[in-house]
Formats: sequence, structure tokens, C-alpha cells
Amino acid sequence: MKNTPSVEEHLEIYRKMLMVRHLEEGLGALHKEGRTRGPIHRCDGQEAVGIAATAVLEAGDKVTTTHRGHAVYIGKGMELRPVIAEIFGRETGACAGRAGHMLVADVEKGVIGGNAIVGAGIPAATGMALSMQVMGQPNVAMCVFGDGAAQTGICHEAMNMAALWKLPVVFVLEHNQFGLTVPSDVQSSVKDISIRAAGYGMPSEIVDGNDAVAVYRAVGAMAERARRGEGPGMIECKTYRLEGFSTSDMGGYQTKEEIAAWKARDPLKISRDALTADVDEAKLVEVEAKAKADVDEAFATALSDPMPQFAIDEACNPYSEAH
Amino acid sequence: MALMRYAEALNAALREEMAADPSVFLFGEDIGRYGGVFKVTKGLMEEFGESRVRDTPISEQAMTAMAVTAAMTGTRPVLEIMYADFIPLSLDALVNQASIYNYIWDGKVKMPFVLRTQGGGGSGAGAQHSKALDSMLAHIPGIKVVAPSTPADAKGMLKAAIRDDQPVVFLEHKLLYNVRGEVPDGDIIVPLGKAATLREGKDVSLFATSKMVVEAVKAADLLQADGISAEVIDLRSLRPLDVNAIVTSISKTHHAVVVNEGWRFCGYAAELSATIMDFAFDELDAPVARVTLPDMPIPYSEPLEIAMLPNADKIRAAALATLK
Repeated sequence: MKNTPSVEEHLEIYRKMLMVRHLEEGLGALHKEGRTRGPIHRCDGQEAVGIAATAVLEAGDKVTTTHRGHAVYIGKGMELRPVIAEIFGRETGACAGRAGHMLVADVEKGVIGGNAIVGAGIPAATGMALSMQVMGQPNVAMCVFGDGAAQTGICHEAMNMAALWKLPVVFVLEHNQFGLTVPSDVQSSVKDISIRAAGYGMPSEIVDGNDAVAVYRAVGAMAERARRGEGPGMIECKTYRLEGFSTSDMGGYQTKEEIAAWKARDPLKISRDALTADVDEAKLVEVEAKAKADVDEAFATALSDPMPQFAIDEACNPYSEAH
Repeated sequence: MALMRYAEALNAALREEMAADPSVFLFGEDIGRYGGVFKVTKGLMEEFGESRVRDTPISEQAMTAMAVTAAMTGTRPVLEIMYADFIPLSLDALVNQASIYNYIWDGKVKMPFVLRTQGGGGSGAGAQHSKALDSMLAHIPGIKVVAPSTPADAKGMLKAAIRDDQPVVFLEHKLLYNVRGEVPDGDIIVPLGKAATLREGKDVSLFATSKMVVEAVKAADLLQADGISAEVIDLRSLRPLDVNAIVTSISKTHHAVVVNEGWRFCGYAAELSATIMDFAFDELDAPVARVTLPDMPIPYSEPLEIAMLPNADKIRAAALATLK
């Protein structure tokens, strides 16, 4: 089937999803020990979206993501250590400890940023696509956004312009069912948000967001279309936020039954089951052990990295001479 | 030298910068086919095409956010927001996006975009189309805010703004577009952050930007008839502010009047007063006088609007009071 990942590609997606899961679980454990700072927004259960969607991108393509962007950071090629070091405010962090986990960027890798103003990533990716079109570049911009962001006014403005100008942008809707504590059906006039794409004259597709292969196929086809100059499209990935809004979330609004039903459809399990047809059990076990070891090592290194020193940013000086 | 209107000088700056650099492009409402409601972009779509000069929908929030990321990924967008009164719609992109990335991403991004807009009262445009929101913009770290008063500065500073690697908000004034002035020929750049002394004086310093500079010059003429020698400093740039020019002038006159067309409370004139306190308190012989809009909405009817706008008479009165 067209746009299906090769076995090697799927195995790489699986390896990255494993790393992100270990990253999230490691952060959860460190939070319990009081060793994290500020809220941490985990993406356990949603890894297939961020990893498989970005797997279709090329080096010169760009991606924006949400405040829950760890899978996108790793998916688009960032290493574990600078991501973890950034989460722990270290000098060696991807942004030297200035950004924190919600706003990580690696401009050279095309990760142009997490964004913690919900909805702001949508015009951000659209603006990058505008830049690509003006300069005649063969690249695409991708926006990974949530069902909460889909309700913002700026989403409408940006999607209208993207479709109007046939900008090379792919809107990947990570529908995890919640905006903070409020379920999507209490926030959204429609169940399937991607039906709104038709209102902009954009194609759309709904996929199982826990099935990495399904995400890869659908996003890959939409990215190819955008790269051909045929304009934007939307892929709605249905998934579920297993671990609450953030480490500060007291819970109580997600039912045990609902969580159990989605855990049974864990994206790691779905990918593993699919991979067993083509990959030896020994190889899978080896990949799994390596992913765990890599994350453990990155945590150990990042946590012993130095803290940054504060300095006034002269680029922000309100006076034209130093004062 | 050529005699040009302020709007024509801006148009020349845009044309020259677009011709010199293919990464410069324009977008905004009514700027393409129609040439802009103030005719600043007249003829540019014909010359540079519909990809580089784009008519947009009425979508200020997304447009401003798009300028931010387009600027971070290889282009130099010049966005026109038709009225400064619409700037509140752009604020998330300025406050939460544009202002933070250079610092929080450890200096790894440049953000060369210009947001052109025009504000100010006096044309009967009413409470939603007449404001100067300078202080709201100049409050934001990491963003330059400039407001030229002459056609020559309009051209030279817009060229400098387009070439600047930081975001620049470029404030024009609806009543300046038809003002004529001599504009030097050629590729003249006026650096951002440098004030200009328009009139030398020894008794009192008048500090202003944009159309208030025109009023300050008129006030200096009135004061001359009163036997008072007023110095007029066109600050030209609100941020970064040329504090050295302010201190130098006050060290000579020991009296200061700060003029701003925005609201008084927490306004730009308040910032200028505090800056003078910080840097030139010992040089002052009297408290700094502020001439501003009163803290209320701008009414429509001509006598109501004219009564509330700062003007030469009010600047003169403030100068006389500070010299008493």
C-alpha cells in the first residue's frame, strides 16, 4: 500500500515511541520524588501521533507542536539528552534551560517549537508554510495541535488563509479527548472536528491515532499532496490522554473504564503486534532494551549537567546605548 | 533630494527593499489591488506580483502570528495592520510569540519582520480608529517600536526596519501621510534608536514622536513669540530610546515637556518622565511636564475630538508652566 512505512521505518517509529514512553514514565517518577519543576504535560498513550506523523517529514520540513510535544521533539530528530536537560533547566538543554518542556525548539532540526498558548501553533506552522511558498522551497510545514486548540478563533483564521493560498502545511489534529479537564463533547459542536476542513475546501481524513502505521499513511499522503503544491489538509488522529492534563492534575474526571479501554489499545502494543509478523522476537527485545537503556542514560547525564547562569539579555535593552 | 509625501516615501522604501531582497514580501488588508487604504503600497502588486504582495482576509491575529514564524524561517515579511486600534488583536503574537523566541531559544532564531500600522486622532474616525497605542507596544521586551515624523525619516527608517533582524513595529500617523518633505536620493538608511534635534533651544526641551513632533515645532514657534527658546527633539524611536539625546538636551535647558498622543496613565509620556528621573534628575529645575490625551475614549464629533487631542497650544502652556 502506498505510503506504508517499511519494516525498518516502523521499527524506528516503535523505538522512538518506546523512548518517549520511558521518558514520560521517568518524568512521572521524578515528579513524585519532587525533582521536577513546574507542570509537566505527558503524552503517554499518544506517542503514535507525534512520532509517526513526523516520520514522514524530510530534514528541511518544519513542525510546530503543543505544550505536550515530547513525541514530536523526538520524532523530528532531537536527541534525548538536550530534551531532558531542557526539561530540567540545564545549561546543556536544547534551549539552555530558558524554554522549559513546553517550548522546546531545535531550529536546525526543524522543530520550531512547542507552544503553550493553545492554538498559537496553528498560525505558526501556517506562517512557515507561507515563507516556504514565497521562497519557492519544496518543503512542508506541519502543525500538531489538539482538539482544544481546534476551538480557538485563530484556528479559523489560519486555516482559511492556508487553504486560500494553497500553502504547504499539514494540520495533524491530535484528538486526545480533553482540553485540560473538560471533555471534547462539552467543548466542541461536532464530534469529528475534521469535518470542519470541508468548510475551508481542505481534504481531511480520520485515523486511529494509536495505530502508528495508519497515522504514517494518512499524514504521508497529505504531506505529499502539500509538497506537490496542492495545498493543506487535515488528519484527525483519535487518541487518548492517559495521564491527565499535567503533573498538577488531581484527576477524577476520567472514568476507570474509559482509561482501561484505551490502555488495551496502547499504541506500543499495536505496533509491537504488527511488527511481530516481520521482526524476530529477539530483535524486538533488543530494541526495547536499547530504548530503555538510552533513556536511562540520558536521564542520568542530563540530571548531572550544570545549571545555567543568569544574565540580562541585551537584545531586549530598552535604551539604544548601554545603560 | 526629492519633494515627497510621507506615504510616497514609505512606498519608495518598500519598492527599493523588495527590489534588493527577494525575501521581503508584504501582506495585509487591501494592500494589493487597491494599493492600501492610505496608498502606501500603491503599484507594488503590479510590480512584484501576487506572491510577494498579498491581499489578506480580515485576520489580524493569525496574520501577525504568521509574520513571526515566516520571519524565523527565511523571509522578511512586512505586515500592514490597517489601524493601530486593531493591535490588541495582534498582541498574543507580539507578547507571547515574537518577544520571547530570540531569548528563550538561546539566540538561535532571527525575527526580521516589520509590522506597519498607523494610529492617532484628528480625522473624525471615532473611538475604534483613532488611538495611538504606543505604550502598549513599547512595553514589550525584544520588539523595537519606531514612529518617524518626516518623509525622509519615514523612508530611511522603514528601510532600516526591514533590514533589522529583530521585530520592528513601525508606527505611522494618518494625518502625516500627505505631509510633504525633502527626501534624500539613494539608499539612505536612518538608524533605529537615534533621536534628531529639529530645533535648537536653551530654555526648555520638548520631546515627541510622530505627529506630536509637528505640534512641538509649532509650539516652539509660539514660545519664540513669548521670548522662550525651546529645543525640539524628535525621538523617532520609542524603543530603543535614545536616552543620551534626552540627557544632553536637559543638561542644557533644565526643563522638559514630554508629549505623547496616547493615554496619560501608564502611558509613554509616563515612561519618558521616569526615564528622565532615572538619568537626569539632577539637571532638572522643575518637574517634567506631560502633554497627553486625557484618560478617556476618543469621541467622534469634531469639537469634542479636537478638544481632547494634544496640540501646539497645550504644549506651549505646559512649557510656560514648567518655566514659571
